[in-house]
Amino acid sequence: MTQAQVVASAIPEQTIWKEHVSWIDRVPRWVSMLALLIAFLIVWQIVYFVELVSPIILPSPLETIEDLFVVGKNLLTGDYMLAALWITTQEVALGFLIAVVLGFGLGVLVGETAFGERAVMPYLVAINTMPKVAFAPLFVSWLGFGIASKVALAAFIAFFPVIVGTAAGLHAADQNARMLFKTMGASRWQTLVQLKLPIGMPHFFSGLKNAAVLVVVGAVVGEFLGGGKGFGELIRVAAAQLNTPRVFSLIIYLSLLGLATFWIVAWAQRRFVFWHKESVTEETLAQ
Amino acid sequence: MAVLSIAGEAVAPAGLLGRPVYELRGVSKTFVRRNVQALDKVDLVLREGTFSSIIGPSGCGKSTLLKIMAGLQPPSSGSVVLEGKPVMGPRRDIGMMFQQATLFPWRTTIENIVLPIEIRDGKAAARAKHDQARQLLDLVGLKGFENVYPSELSGGMAQRAAICRMLITEPAVLLLDEPFSALDELSRDFMNMELQRICLERNATSFLVTHSIPEAVILSDVVYVMSPRPGRFVEAITVDLPRPRTLDMMSDPRFGTLVHRIRNHLDKGAFQ
Repeated sequence: MTQAQVVASAIPEQTIWKEHVSWIDRVPRWVSMLALLIAFLIVWQIVYFVELVSPIILPSPLETIEDLFVVGKNLLTGDYMLAALWITTQEVALGFLIAVVLGFGLGVLVGETAFGERAVMPYLVAINTMPKVAFAPLFVSWLGFGIASKVALAAFIAFFPVIVGTAAGLHAADQNARMLFKTMGASRWQTLVQLKLPIGMPHFFSGLKNAAVLVVVGAVVGEFLGGGKGFGELIRVAAAQLNTPRVFSLIIYLSLLGLATFWIVAWAQRRFVFWHKESVTEETLAQ
Repeated sequence: MAVLSIAGEAVAPAGLLGRPVYELRGVSKTFVRRNVQALDKVDLVLREGTFSSIIGPSGCGKSTLLKIMAGLQPPSSGSVVLEGKPVMGPRRDIGMMFQQATLFPWRTTIENIVLPIEIRDGKAAARAKHDQARQLLDLVGLKGFENVYPSELSGGMAQRAAICRMLITEPAVLLLDEPFSALDELSRDFMNMELQRICLERNATSFLVTHSIPEAVILSDVVYVMSPRPGRFVEAITVDLPRPRTLDMMSDPRFGTLVHRIRNHLDKGAFQ
């Protein structure tokens, strides 16, 4: 009857083998993230308190948080900081758009044609190895101190990963798929549009994610080196005035712009590459 | 003797005497750059409603032969004629299936099946074929799966969908390149029997490339044994087991004799 029970009770304690999961692997994600943040703030506060570095160059965390509210209020009431953020946002958006269009076009040229792969790619690689920031003064002298020179630098810094992503994507189709398209009598254009581009989408989007991060770098560096009225300029001025809490809080708000760009790309990827498992999972967001 | 031959005709599939569908005469292929003669004067006739297999060691030129028959590669010399018209490139009356199902994950099952129509005749023509595609799904036992994405299909189900995609253009000949060799043994046997059922139901003319002797024998009316370097047929073996075949026939002594005969050929080739 109770044979199962008999057997169960008959298992000697010392023979039981159980999986052991360490406590550090069991902590919920939000707890560990919060703990890390608090630990960081405490260390920061201690460094400030014992004056390990001069308070002039390192503000206290409290000062910084206070200033976060000041800047936040300024942004919300539509004051001059919002105008600056809007300018930088425009630069980022336009720079990203140009980087994507240019990168996609060149990526298709490089990935699809022998001419592109053999003749164009070496030049692109050469351009990519140049320190692109060094072009900033050129862009300013060509395009002036307005938004155009920043857009150009942002696009210039961000376009290469899009090329690489697009070109790599075009090579992602396997031999079977290509042969299948041949047996169906597909033209080169049909093979590109119906097979190679869709299959290459995940590669294309990882290029876009890299570009989304780089484009903000380009816009801000452009503002540092070429003036204007954007967020970068606010940071530069605050730093010149040794208003370090302000620098920190501006950087934190600026990172929100980068995050927003990245999230838009991640959202588009989940929407358009719904069929690719790795594109849909959370993992890619923390890439 | 006369009695025997009548009996033989009675069990042989009627198709063996059918009209020739695909004819290859003196097909040779040399890869000049690698200095390899892949095929040497291959003659082959596929008759309507018959199932033929080709078996041989790796590198004997099977895939080259199949690529020529699919219109993917021209022969160095020889004539390749399907339905009275020379094959000069890919054609809609050639259906082909590979080891991998190669369904595209961004298309639903039915959109995958009508892809050959979409490529050749455009989107509207493909939509018009949806009813026919549903009938094919019914035929292969995938009824109700038309709007499912391929990631939700098992390996066997994916190959069933690939069968539908091959059949949607109503090809005159089916070229099968080890279609079930990526499946596990049980699914493979089962899918082979399904393949036979589908071919018999449609009176299809089929040509299978395989590495499995039992698979070749159980499915085929004729098994061509191929030897490598240069690839040529060493024997065409007629399989006179009655249709429809069952997996139980694998324990039939006639089946054993045929398998043995083919294995002998292949072993000889291996020790050359």
